[in-house]
Amino acid sequence: MSFPLLTATAALPAIGAVATAAVPAARRTAAKWLALVFSLATLVLAGIALARFEPGGERYQLTESHAWIKDFGVRYELGVDGIGVVLMALTALLIPFVILAGWHDADPLETKSSRWRPTQGFFALILMVEAMVILSFEATDVFLFYILFEAMLIPMYFLIGGFGDRAHTGSDENAAAQRSYAAVKFLLYNLVGGLIMLAAVIGLYVVAGTFSLSEIAEARANGSLSMATSTERWLFLGFFFAFAVKAPLWPLHTWLPNAMGEATSPVAVLITAVVDKVGTFAMLRFCLQLFPEASKWATPVIVVLALISIVYGALLAVGQRDIKRLIAYASISHFGFIILGIFAMTSQGQSGATLYMVNHGISTAALMLVAGFLITRRGSRLIADYGGVQKVAPVLAGTFLIGGLATLSLPGLAPFVSEFLVLVGTFSAYPAAGVIATTGIVLAALYVLVLYQRTMTGPVKAEVQGMADLKVRELVVVLPLIALLLFLGVYPKPLTEIVNPAVQHTMSDVQKKDPQPEVEAAK
Amino acid sequence: MNPVYYLYLAALLFTIGAAGVLIRRNAIVLFMCVELMLNACNLALVTFSRMHGNLDGQIIAFFTMVVAAAEVVVGLAIIVSVFRSRHSASVDDASLMKL
Amino acid sequence: MENLIALLVAAPLLGAAVLLCGGRRLDRAGHWLGTLLAAVSFVIGVVLFLDMLGKGAEDRTLHQKLFSWIPVEGFQADVAFQLDQLSMTFVLLITGVGTLIHIYSIGYMEHDERRRRFFGYLNLFLAAMLILVVADNYLLLYVGWEGVGLASYLLIGFWQHKPSAATAAKKAFLVNRVGDMGLSIAIMLMFTTFGTFAFGPVLAATGETSEGKLTAIGLMLLLAACGKSAQVPLQSWLGDAMEGPTPVSALIHAATMVTAGVYLIVRSGAIFNAAPDAQLAVVVVGAVTLLFGAIVGCAKDDIKKALAGSTMSQIGYMILAAGLGPIGYVFAIMHLVTHGFFKAGLFLGAGSVMHGMNDEVDMRKFGGLRKYMPVTFITFGLGYLAIIGFPGLSGFFSKDKIIEAAFAKGGTEGWILGSVALLGAAITAFYMTRVMLLTFFGEKRWQPDAEGHQPHPHESPKSMTIPMIVLAFGSVFAGGFFSIGDRFLNWLEPVTGHSHGHAPIGAATVTAATMVVLVIGVAIAWAMYGRKPVPVVAPRGSLLTRAARRDLLQDDFNHVVLVRGGEHLTRSLVYVDHTLVDGVVNGTAASMGGLSGRLRKLQNGYARSYAVSMFGGTAVLIAATLLMRAV
Repeated sequence: MSFPLLTATAALPAIGAVATAAVPAARRTAAKWLALVFSLATLVLAGIALARFEPGGERYQLTESHAWIKDFGVRYELGVDGIGVVLMALTALLIPFVILAGWHDADPLETKSSRWRPTQGFFALILMVEAMVILSFEATDVFLFYILFEAMLIPMYFLIGGFGDRAHTGSDENAAAQRSYAAVKFLLYNLVGGLIMLAAVIGLYVVAGTFSLSEIAEARANGSLSMATSTERWLFLGFFFAFAVKAPLWPLHTWLPNAMGEATSPVAVLITAVVDKVGTFAMLRFCLQLFPEASKWATPVIVVLALISIVYGALLAVGQRDIKRLIAYASISHFGFIILGIFAMTSQGQSGATLYMVNHGISTAALMLVAGFLITRRGSRLIADYGGVQKVAPVLAGTFLIGGLATLSLPGLAPFVSEFLVLVGTFSAYPAAGVIATTGIVLAALYVLVLYQRTMTGPVKAEVQGMADLKVRELVVVLPLIALLLFLGVYPKPLTEIVNPAVQHTMSDVQKKDPQPEVEAAK
Repeated sequence: MNPVYYLYLAALLFTIGAAGVLIRRNAIVLFMCVELMLNACNLALVTFSRMHGNLDGQIIAFFTMVVAAAEVVVGLAIIVSVFRSRHSASVDDASLMKL
Repeated sequence: MENLIALLVAAPLLGAAVLLCGGRRLDRAGHWLGTLLAAVSFVIGVVLFLDMLGKGAEDRTLHQKLFSWIPVEGFQADVAFQLDQLSMTFVLLITGVGTLIHIYSIGYMEHDERRRRFFGYLNLFLAAMLILVVADNYLLLYVGWEGVGLASYLLIGFWQHKPSAATAAKKAFLVNRVGDMGLSIAIMLMFTTFGTFAFGPVLAATGETSEGKLTAIGLMLLLAACGKSAQVPLQSWLGDAMEGPTPVSALIHAATMVTAGVYLIVRSGAIFNAAPDAQLAVVVVGAVTLLFGAIVGCAKDDIKKALAGSTMSQIGYMILAAGLGPIGYVFAIMHLVTHGFFKAGLFLGAGSVMHGMNDEVDMRKFGGLRKYMPVTFITFGLGYLAIIGFPGLSGFFSKDKIIEAAFAKGGTEGWILGSVALLGAAITAFYMTRVMLLTFFGEKRWQPDAEGHQPHPHESPKSMTIPMIVLAFGSVFAGGFFSIGDRFLNWLEPVTGHSHGHAPIGAATVTAATMVVLVIGVAIAWAMYGRKPVPVVAPRGSLLTRAARRDLLQDDFNHVVLVRGGEHLTRSLVYVDHTLVDGVVNGTAASMGGLSGRLRKLQNGYARSYAVSMFGGTAVLIAATLLMRAV
């Protein structure tokens, strides 16, 4: 038996979480370093998995399979396709930056007693989330996936509710109330989604008699499993609802701005760049693969909802006064693009959507983390409290601009590639939807440039005077992300090579072919 | 004699017991009413056993008696300890579980 | 030779990377490095040009494929270059004028502490613009297209501490993005129609699809061109873009970037040739902008904004020519090149004037400067003569050809277009004479600046005057050089094609008419600004003048409809999101809470009431069972 690489990739951060939590209260710095080392080791393992993955090979690779709950046929089954392995690597890549960016976010306040151990808990929870997210990208057993999908809410709940952004307006009590409101809202939304999914998971078991993705696919292929149309649709809706809450899709999005606004910026990155990706990933893996017919049936509605998300999220971003909420609404707009790409059901759309998940993760992390550095310096999240920062802290302003330009999908940076693929893929299947989605690029420019103009340009505000530029630790966080954005913008081929075969598998699951160009079709 | 009369008697006893449980407040009386209901059930079980000509009902009646005995032990113990702490055997006073 | 194309782009790109990431260590030598790399790019361009001249007309096109950019099933985007005569013309213009303006900026930006970054941005611009013109497919062109937009954004907003500059930069980027939307939709249409967006296959296959599709693609390309080239209705950003440093205005907003729209249309000629409706739209846009820009140029007192109006108008000429089809393509590009010389020269002259006048831009506060700035006066004057079309100078040849071509369009259309072009020539003569008279002639109307310093006009340093002199040479001789023996026509014809059309009136008549309107325009300007003293404070003026000062109310329209409307929309959406979308969910939560509050009352703690419900439940169950039996 070969080394269980996938299990190890998920287990390492889990072990790290336990180890970090066990560090004595006084050794705070040691806990931070320990967490960082574990996250880096996980990154190495994820890198090995990525290297060992053969794009042209089997659909699921590095597979592991063990019996778990025999009576219900639940198995501990892991395996990654091109989409899963890329997202797993993205998660492993982002966590070290999240940890490094949040280095001082959980330092105890002087007023608290010395026995309080928030620091260890903060980093342990982050590693716990990483372990669960990575495992959920690897799970090929529906039940296993469901458990992880729900379980990751618990550490996230504590991260949002327990470690709020210290830059808040109003009194401490007020801020604490808002924070717990955001955390509860996050939990309730996702729990409702999860419960509906649970019903669908049980329903699936009743119909198919197994939770294993590969067995269900096999049974579908040889005709031994046939779902009634209405059953398939109901089950699809159950799964999709949960994923649409997580992703989030309009009108189920309102938890995201609260959660991202109240959490510290590294946790906000964790929410939008890592945890939410599980939702869109699961749409690709479970919705399309398990319920191809129902997916096609629901496509028109989902495309419309995705378009609403794109335009609505962007418009609301323009209207925000809080930097972090602005980025949250921008993310809603971007998730609209991802979902649009998935349900356009063309090769370009789905490859684009997968790349979009990766690129959005990196670009939002860059923008949000720099915004976090900015907010920590000034102690306010309100856009109106800033002005002229570029004069005082040019490097901070420069990196913020690059993050912003990536968010508005400037060609040459990674998000452009994915956004254009999504647009082309959508356009070739639904021209009108493609055109409407294209207005998103104008609105994105609007909210990014308005944000940049109001915070960074103009005369230097008195409170901003004397603001320090980025420090070494912060540069270490931001520069690699920017380098990656540039590299993947110019040369995305390594990614597309891994993703393409997986997308072709998904396309054959839903039995869709790309629309032929008119001229070639005529020939 | 027609066994159905025994069933009528059992129903009557059960109703008296049930009414007692619902109406009376004294824990001891409540308790006796519960016993009355149990015995009404026993009577019905034995009657059915006789009517159907097998022993199942009689066996269950024995079980009921054992359970009732155990219940009396535990129940009386609780009532005594409640009375000691509150100097009352009224069930309405024991509503601590209410929010 | 092919490999040199990548090097052409790489040199300024390297410069941008080094200068922007290099930090303060490069502050002292950064501008030299930037200029050097621009010059390297120009030299490579010249080498490629000479190589091209050595080949036959038909096999001059070079191709270079660097790598496969976005390989996805059914979708091939390559980073690949194509250098033909059309691209070559642009390469020489961009790198040539670009290098001159780099040299000029060394002097102009001498006292700016962020000069290194300025040169970094300029190099970034050169690289993006070169990608735009040497790309071999529309998607890579799009990269350059947005790249120049970014460089333009950064450079307009270079003095970011001025809120007006930051706003102007944002506006330019946003309006351009609207145009970019057109370009991306056009690319998507090409992809669904042809399965590719590389120039070669797309332009060769135009015959195989419907005219409707081609018209749609053409209109979307036109939208893109309108954004980049500041054509009506997306012209509003160009005037504000003058907030940027003057070398930027000269390079980006006069000579090169704003002409990218013309390049796009000429490059896509095959599409427009097969879509007459789209062509008509192009012509209309060109003609309207031609007049619009000219009218705005007449009313502005800010020397740079007057020149910006003129740029719009001149690009209107080019777009008009490009819309005429094969009759006009060559002349559109020829006017583009000569315009690149004289307009860059005029802007540099304006910069030189501002440099000597404490950065004053109001022409009413200039006057009589010819004695103090002789070199600027002469070079600016030559540029002036070139732009109004003085016989023998560059503008004369290129503009005359466009007017001829407009008449040659034939029919009523030809007459209308020809007359518009002639009228435009008259207005051009008027507003340029006005600029000339206000700045260099008349008595001194100098005013102390905000800090009370009286201006002491002086000639600019050599690094600034030499580029001006070189450009003045171009303004004088380029047109004649191109026209003798139809050199330019023969050079470009293999790429763009050419047809003569049927002019209803002879070439000599057109030239004569042009001369007449030229004299009329100059005479009116002389009567208004030369004969009598000019007031320092602008008179109220007629309704048209006041409207023209405000860019013919375009901005007011934008403000009321788009800005205000948009603000209301976003604000109400924020409200809706909070109260309605979130409210529905919170309302559900609240009603759940209320319901559970009521249900809680059932738990009263009395064992008896629980027992009642148990008995009641049992009774109901039994009754139900019996009933079912009975039925």
